[in-house]
Amino acid sequence: MSENLDHSLQDPPQLPSEFGTGPLVRKNSAITEPAWVRWLLIALALAFLSLFLLLPLLSVFTEALRDGWGTYLSALREPDAMAAIRLTLIAALIAVPLNLVFGVAAAWCIAKFEFRGKQLLISLIDLPFSVSPVVAGLVYVLIFGAQGWAGPWFAAHDIKVIFAVPGIALATVFVTFPFIARELIPLMQEQGTDDEQAALTLGAGGFRTFWSVTLPNIKWGLLYGVLLCNARAFGEFGAVSVVSGHIRGQTNTLPLHIEILYNEYAFAAAFAVASLLAGLALVTLALKTFLEWRYADQLAAAHRR
Amino acid sequence: MPIHPGTARIHSVSLRTAQQRRAIPGFGLTLGITLSYLSLIVLIPLAGVYFKAAGLGWDGLLHTLSSARVLASLKLSFGAALIAAIFNAVFGLLVAWVFVRYRFPGKRLFDAFIDLPFALPTAVAGIALTALYAGNGWIGRYLEPLGIQIAYHPLGVVVAMTFIGLPFVVRTVEPVLAEAEKELEEAAATLGAGRWITITRVILPSVWPALLTGFALAFARAVGEYGSIIFIAGNIPMVSEITPLLIIIKLEEFDYAGATAIAAAMLTLSFLLLLAINLFQAWVRRKR
Repeated sequence: MSENLDHSLQDPPQLPSEFGTGPLVRKNSAITEPAWVRWLLIALALAFLSLFLLLPLLSVFTEALRDGWGTYLSALREPDAMAAIRLTLIAALIAVPLNLVFGVAAAWCIAKFEFRGKQLLISLIDLPFSVSPVVAGLVYVLIFGAQGWAGPWFAAHDIKVIFAVPGIALATVFVTFPFIARELIPLMQEQGTDDEQAALTLGAGGFRTFWSVTLPNIKWGLLYGVLLCNARAFGEFGAVSVVSGHIRGQTNTLPLHIEILYNEYAFAAAFAVASLLAGLALVTLALKTFLEWRYADQLAAAHRR
Repeated sequence: MPIHPGTARIHSVSLRTAQQRRAIPGFGLTLGITLSYLSLIVLIPLAGVYFKAAGLGWDGLLHTLSSARVLASLKLSFGAALIAAIFNAVFGLLVAWVFVRYRFPGKRLFDAFIDLPFALPTAVAGIALTALYAGNGWIGRYLEPLGIQIAYHPLGVVVAMTFIGLPFVVRTVEPVLAEAEKELEEAAATLGAGRWITITRVILPSVWPALLTGFALAFARAVGEYGSIIFIAGNIPMVSEITPLLIIIKLEEFDYAGATAIAAAMLTLSFLLLLAINLFQAWVRRKR
């Protein structure tokens, strides 16, 4: 991250600046704070983070195991929970590849070409981030619902969209729409077109150029985007809640299953299912941190930070 | 346009633009995919909300939006989001400062956890926060004897909004703080400025555009948030009922017109906010 810019690196490495006791460290005292101020600020920041981030995370796992491993495992083995896991996987398996293809296509035309209205296009791609998830669900109800414009047509052809898997997948696609594109666009803009020009000059076709030149260049950025997109796809609640209809064992995703269990006062079971998603969030964070650390030079996100 | 000097030299001058435009293939295909997919998934559905809202007419819209329950929910959603965003601006700046400027044990671990609200599903965050702040929870049990109620109270809404908005300020301010030139601070110190003066007169002015952007992003996210709030809020009509929840309630009552009217109002407000952020950033870029 920013550690290479940290002024304390100018000090002898054995003496990190927060231990500001050595004479060499004092040299920089003009642009740093007294040790007690530094420690106070660090303590405040860490207390804030622990209170607002670590404690909630910890409580998920504690509450999940409150009634012991038996309850925990049976909550996960329950048929409705299994159905919810399956549906969540299906929604993510539809949403992530679709947004992957879109993200690569969008980044290709935005990064490799100049055209009018490009900035507007970038803003429009970011749009789903600023729309409330509930409104995102509502828009599909207005189109595909029983009273919607396309609703009667779909009903006549016996296709269920709302309160069924297609609606859930659509809502998931909407909320995870920008993730991959917004990671790839700045990355590919930065990489320019030199490599592709070279490949084309050497006689490679367009697809071959993309496959063996562009793709290897963007693979870590792509993985990074997929990771974030996937985490959101698994956890989306508001948008999916509107279109799902909450039919147990049929149209419940994992987050919706948590809500139902919680509202039935099955707290241990709700937290057991929640701990699955919290575990996924931890894996996501770990992989994300690993990518940022190992492949920082090949990620746009790491450059921005 | 990114022009490679080597390839440009090969072509005759008159052919240059045409050749380069053709040099990289796939423009039509990728732009076509992008525009169709964007329109199908995002633009047309969102336009549908306005189309439907327009069918209600001004009177219909105003009738829904001016009802006491809707007004109370808007006041709560925007008011709580504002408080949470201010809280996040203050602590986000502190966290960004500490992580950019100081070294301490466990820094990398904590740094990874800052993104937790992005990765943790909102429903999980919601029940976890409720468990913490309820009367028998780890935090609630110490606050309750003091007469402070957070869960099932508007304050709970603020807590949930603070949680989900936390990374926005930190992640927007961090790169700006990291880039801030040490030389300027050294110059200020050389000229006799104390540390406090240097911070308020040299560092803060370079950071505040990023701080304001992060604040606006956290605010926008908090206004639309649903999943983490409904568990902790208690959802008492007129007291702790947020606007997105009201949309869902209207839908469950099959009041599609009412739901659409509220959604259109929320969409418009978030578009205006987005526009304001973009204009502000453009203004800051021009000023530099």
